[in-house]
Amino acid sequence: MHLSAHGHVTRFADRVEVISVSGDDSHWEDQLKSGWGTTRFFAAIEARKANSDLVLVDVMGAIVMSGKSQQQGLGAIVDTYAGRARNDDLGNDVSLALYKDMLRNRRIEEEIARRYTDQEMRCPVHLSIGQEAVSAGVCLALDRQDQIVSTHRAHAHYLSKGGDLKAMLAEFHGKASGCCGGRGGSMHIFDVPAGVLLSLPIVGSGIPVAAGAALAMKQRAEPHVAVAFLGDAAVEEGVFHEAANFAVLHSLPVIFVCENNLYSVYTPLKTRQPDLPLERLGRCHGMPSITADGNDAEAVLAVTRSAVARARAGDGPSFLVFDTYRWLEHCGPNYDNDIGYRTPAEFEAWRGRDPLSRMEEHLRNNGILDAGKIAALEADIDSEIDIAFKFALESPLPGPGEVNVYA
Amino acid sequence: MPERARASRRLNAAAAILEATAQCMDADSSVFLMGEGVADPKGIFGTTLGLVDRFGPDRVIEMPVAENGLTGIAIGAALMGRRPVMVHQRVDFALLALEQLLNNAAKTHFVTNGVHKVPLTVRMIIGRGWGQGPEHSQVFDSVFAHVPGLKVVMPSTPYEAKGMMVAAIRDDNPVIILEHRWMHYAEGEVPLQLYETPLIGPALVRQGDDLTIVASSYALLESIEAADHISEAGIHCDLFDLRIVRPLDLSLIIASVRRTGRLVIVDTGWKMFGVGAEIMAQVTEACFHDLKASPRRLGLPDHPTPSSRGLATTFYPTAQSLAETIAALIPEAAHRLAGPIKALENLRLSVPVDVPNPAFRVPF
Ligand SMILES: Cc1ncc(C[n+]2csc(CCOP(=O)(O)OP(=O)(O)O)c2C)c(N)n1
Ligand SMILES: [Mg+2]
Repeated sequence: MHLSAHGHVTRFADRVEVISVSGDDSHWEDQLKSGWGTTRFFAAIEARKANSDLVLVDVMGAIVMSGKSQQQGLGAIVDTYAGRARNDDLGNDVSLALYKDMLRNRRIEEEIARRYTDQEMRCPVHLSIGQEAVSAGVCLALDRQDQIVSTHRAHAHYLSKGGDLKAMLAEFHGKASGCCGGRGGSMHIFDVPAGVLLSLPIVGSGIPVAAGAALAMKQRAEPHVAVAFLGDAAVEEGVFHEAANFAVLHSLPVIFVCENNLYSVYTPLKTRQPDLPLERLGRCHGMPSITADGNDAEAVLAVTRSAVARARAGDGPSFLVFDTYRWLEHCGPNYDNDIGYRTPAEFEAWRGRDPLSRMEEHLRNNGILDAGKIAALEADIDSEIDIAFKFALESPLPGPGEVNVYA
Repeated sequence: MPERARASRRLNAAAAILEATAQCMDADSSVFLMGEGVADPKGIFGTTLGLVDRFGPDRVIEMPVAENGLTGIAIGAALMGRRPVMVHQRVDFALLALEQLLNNAAKTHFVTNGVHKVPLTVRMIIGRGWGQGPEHSQVFDSVFAHVPGLKVVMPSTPYEAKGMMVAAIRDDNPVIILEHRWMHYAEGEVPLQLYETPLIGPALVRQGDDLTIVASSYALLESIEAADHISEAGIHCDLFDLRIVRPLDLSLIIASVRRTGRLVIVDTGWKMFGVGAEIMAQVTEACFHDLKASPRRLGLPDHPTPSSRGLATTFYPTAQSLAETIAALIPEAAHRLAGPIKALENLRLSVPVDVPNPAFRVPF
């Protein structure tokens, strides 16, 4: 059997281009054309029958994934790699859950931005507005006992994983009732029962910590996984590669989720890294790596689910790159498209791919949502937000001198 | 200090550390070891020899040469309730792990308001001698001790090496063990059983009213030699093994200086900005009016460690230089100390400067 193909699929284009299929398995062409779903898929696919193993090879000729056995078959491997086979696999409940999560995060962060000038939240805030599909899709693929480690841009990850909203807002307000009791501020939020192990503001610093959580899970033979959230700049840190190497070497149940929003503060990706696909950085360590549309929550979920399944099965880590865009300034509540590091046109193009409105449109088209239902959801969320802000504002500040340095 | 068990025998400190590790791994399945060389044929100067055969490669993890990443991994595992022990063959290699140690290991308990614990033990070996040179022989006790949230301990005897190792592994905080390579050779009585020595406070190893000496790690061994020689001339000192650099508990030392009025601190690392500077500041603040003479510090001079033994002759504080300092601090005893100083000089000249003093195989 020999097959090679080139697929480029987006959920909104619903299009697959198969460049070539050769060998006696040309029926794969139909399968590819019938669409394997919402996942953007840039790699050429080649399956080779070599020692009964099936192998996927990317456009650069690198092995991206190999099947465990012949029985697994090419289709299964392709499905696992690409996320899923069909648009309708997820079902409307899942789509609605993703929508609600994104809507909630959007409205929470908009309210943080709105209230920021009150100067009651006296700590830096890194908002994820525009990037909500990533946390929604990744966290819906996880169980409560699965652990995430986040970054300076932590709010959406924390909330999607089930972190307590009141404790988060109270922390931003520096209050004793904050999740860190006022020790951490917005860049250290965590929630043990929700599986938000830690957030760390040093770029790259949390990546090995997530791998270490995965090592503990593996040592205890627990069926859980750990997720390291990271930005496009964090792969420039050596510690990413150190953790990736070890995770592959020891088949750790960890997923490296790279949220590529094209910038590190004001510095674009292209002045920091060569113009090569980010996903190659996972692949060079020998783990399955894929780029998907980070503004498509279903695509994010599908890809993450396959990585989670792999990790739970003991097959080791994956590297997922989600292309997305931060709408607001790096740190703070404002738009900053006027200061010269990016163009308003670039921003408008990305806003046209707003993960929230795309999902809303999809659900409206499927008859799941209408104006009334959306208004009801928004009202629920807004009252939750109001209560949480009230809690944060009314909570007392911690007293000076109350610190825990040693256990 | 816990009572020493009857069942004890003479071991060197390397064997004591190996025994502590094996006993802790036997007693607690959450303890695991990682380091560059932990499973190799040399086993970190013998301190991890045979452990991989006994506990397997999943608990004795030969680690890639990636100190910061692997420290982060150890921290992640520790947050999840494991008790990792990491070993660096030289403290100099651990410099690559400062980000994880100084940020995540040191601060996570604080920043999570006491919710998370980081029960991590990191052994770092302080090299010395045989031409190790500037980047294989540093100490950095004051660097680590500068950071709230870390514990920093410096064993100086086989008994302490085992007891502190056990206590460090059982401790719920990140503990850095700065382990002197030359201390590995020191022999002494070590109980067979699993015991710990407390990770707080110094130990009084010699008693006297004339002055107070504080030393840590290998410097303690030199100080014992000095103290024993000057006592023959009738000068008796309180000699403290500092043991624990952080948390720093100076109450016994302050009480001693109130009585003796004189203080000498012998640092294993650089004198400038060294641990001795902090001790001197705190003691002086507490007993300024009891001081009969200005306190003194000995330590490494203000330049990197040279490789050549020709350049290293005067680099390290010795029993002789300590005795000379004491003679200067107690002028009325200077003539009496001339004999012991000469004896110490002869002893020092009988041993090359770049190998451990074989005399330090005595019980402590
Ligand atoms: C080690 C380190 N270097 C620099 C910084 C300053 N810094 C904070 S956020 C940031 C940008 C990181 O970009 P990326 O990882 O892409 O995340 P994003 O902000 O885009 O979400 C930088 C450079 C830091 N926090 N840590
Ligand atoms: Mg970025």
